[in-house]
Amino acid sequence: MNVPAALLRISDTIWELPVGYKDGMLVPARIFATEKLIREMDAGVFEQVSNVATLPGIQRYAYCMPDGHWGYGFPIGGVAAMDPRSGVISPGGIGFDINCGMRLVLTNLTAEEVLPRLHELVDRLFVRIPTGVGCHGFVRVSRDEFRNVAQLGSRWCLGRGFATQDDLEMTEEGGCFPGADAATVSDKAVERGYNQLGTLGSGNHYCEIQVVKPENVFDAERAHAFGLTIPNQVVIMFHCGSRGFGHQIATDYLKLFLSVMQKKYNLKLVDRELSCAPFNSPEGQAYFAAMKCAVNMAFANRQVILHRIREVFSELFHASPDDLGMRMVYDVAHNTAKLERHELDGHSRELLIHRKGSTRAFGPGALGIPACYEKSGQPVIIGGSMETGSYLLSGMPTGGETFFTTAHGSGRTMSRHEAKKTFRGDKLQRDMEARGIYVRTDSLGGLAEEAGPAYKNIDEVVEATELAGLSKRVARLVPLGNIKG
Amino acid sequence: MPYRYRGDIAHADVAFDAWSETLEGVFADCARATIEVMAEDPDAVRPAESLPLELEQESEEMLLFDFLNELIFYKDARQLLLLPARLSVGKGGPGFRLEGTLAGETIDPKRHRLNTDVKAVTMLRFSLARTAKGWRATVVLDV
Repeated sequence: MNVPAALLRISDTIWELPVGYKDGMLVPARIFATEKLIREMDAGVFEQVSNVATLPGIQRYAYCMPDGHWGYGFPIGGVAAMDPRSGVISPGGIGFDINCGMRLVLTNLTAEEVLPRLHELVDRLFVRIPTGVGCHGFVRVSRDEFRNVAQLGSRWCLGRGFATQDDLEMTEEGGCFPGADAATVSDKAVERGYNQLGTLGSGNHYCEIQVVKPENVFDAERAHAFGLTIPNQVVIMFHCGSRGFGHQIATDYLKLFLSVMQKKYNLKLVDRELSCAPFNSPEGQAYFAAMKCAVNMAFANRQVILHRIREVFSELFHASPDDLGMRMVYDVAHNTAKLERHELDGHSRELLIHRKGSTRAFGPGALGIPACYEKSGQPVIIGGSMETGSYLLSGMPTGGETFFTTAHGSGRTMSRHEAKKTFRGDKLQRDMEARGIYVRTDSLGGLAEEAGPAYKNIDEVVEATELAGLSKRVARLVPLGNIKG
Repeated sequence: MPYRYRGDIAHADVAFDAWSETLEGVFADCARATIEVMAEDPDAVRPAESLPLELEQESEEMLLFDFLNELIFYKDARQLLLLPARLSVGKGGPGFRLEGTLAGETIDPKRHRLNTDVKAVTMLRFSLARTAKGWRATVVLDV
C-alpha cells in the first residue's frame, strides 16, 4: 500500500494531501477514489498530484480522478485549473498525445445481426484502418494542406466529404479548437504527422465493436437520449489521438519551456516534466496555439477513421451509413488545455483547465454541449480494457468541484513490462475468442501489454465517479470485436 | 545486455536503464532499447539505408534526449527503424556535439515483429550520469 500517512479522508470518495505535505504546494491535492481504489493507487500518483499543486497560478486544488495512475509530469487522471493571468501552461499537464480521445458511434444493428459476420467485419476494419508502428494514413495530403487540417480539424473533413454537419455537432468544441495557428508548429512536427491522417496508432489505441445488452443499461432515459434504443444494439468505440504530429509539438515545447523557464521566468519546478511557461508569455501563447493544432489534427484523424468505418459497414451490410443508423453519440478529448468559464469562490471565472487522461463532463444545461443533450448532460465515453468492457456515462450538475471533469478509462495497475512477462499475446487472443471477443492485432506483444488484469476494475472506477457526483452511469458496453495496433 | 527494462516506474509507459563504459556506448544502448520497444528483435533491422546525424546541446544529457528523439522522428516521418552505425560524442557547439551515422531500413511488419509505438522521450526520471565504471542512463518512453 502506497497511501501517505498525511492523506486526509474528506468524504467516502475524496482524499486530500494538505498544503504542508510538500514544500511549495500552493493548494491541497485531491484524489477521487473509493477506499479500495485509493489503497491500490501507485505511489507515483501521490507524488505527481502534489507536484502539480506547486504550479504557479493553480486554483482550488490539484485533482486526480479514480482511474489515476503514475504518468509523467501530471499523473494520468490529472486535472488543474490555472488563472490565465498569473498561471502557467504545461505540456506535462496535457501529455504528448494531445487530444488522445474517444469516439462512440451508433448503429441500428443488433448483436444477432452482426455476430454471424463479426470475423469478416473485424478483418475488414483491420485491413482498412492502418494500425501499429510506423503506419501510413489512408488520407494523403500535402504538407501545406496538412497545416489546414491542423487549423480546421473536423471542419476540414466536412469540406472534403469525410464528415457530416451532425458529426461536428457531436464532437467536443465542434471538432475544432479556435485559435490554432500552424505558424507555431515546427516543420518537424508536420513532417512527422502529415502522412498519418487516418491511422489508429498502437499501445492502448483501438477500435472496438461493442454491444449494449438490456441488463447493462443503468439509466434508460439517458440511454434513450444518447441513441441507445434497441435491445442488444451494436455500437463502435474507438480511441486514438494526434499521432506523431502531437507528440512532436509536445516535445518541441517541452524543450523550449525548459530553456526559458528558469532563465527568463525564474520558474523553479520539482519535476522537469512539469516544464511550463506563463500562459500569457510569448512561449506560453505559442504552445497554446500549437497544441490546438494537434487537438484539431486528432479530431480530423478520428473523423476520417469514422468515415472509413462507415464505408466498411456499408459495404458489408449493403446499406448506407444513414440506413444503418451510424450516428455519432459523441467525441471527447482526454489530453487538452482549454479556457473555460467556471464558478470559483462564488464568481464566474475564466480558467485554463488542464486535463490529462481525464474527460470533460459537462452536466445538463451546460453551455457548449449539443442541444439534444441539454437535459441529459454530455455523454462521457470511458474506455475499459479490451477484455472487460467500457462505459457510457453522462456529465452531472454536481461535477463543479472538478470543473466538470471525470475519469477517462480504467487506469493501469501493472507495468507494460510486467504484463508482457505475465501474459502471452497468442494465448490471450485465443482465450478472448473463446469468450466471444474476436481481436486482430499487428503485435501480439502489444496485445499482451493490454491484457485485462493489467488494468483497474472499470466497474469500481465508474462507480467511484458516480458516488463522487462527477458522472453517472448510463450503460455498460461489452466488447465483441477489436482491432489494435 | 547493457540495458534493462524496468517495471517500477510509470506503468503505462516503458522505462529502462542503460549503462556502458563509454558515452557513445550508452547512447547506442539507449537507441537499441528504444527500437526494441517498437520492434522485438533489433537484430532483424538490416542496415540498408544510412543517414548522417549531427546534434549539438548544452549538456550530454540533453544530447541523449535529442538523439533518441531523432530515432522516433524518422520512425514516423520516413517509416525507418534506425540504429547508430557510428557515433562520436565530444565537446563542441554550445557544450557537446554528436556526429555519426544512423543505419536501418523501412519498417516491415512481416520481419520486424512490431510491438508498441514510441510516442516520445519523457523527462520523467530522465538522467545520464557518470559512474565509477562509465556512464548510466535512465529513460522513460511514452508509448
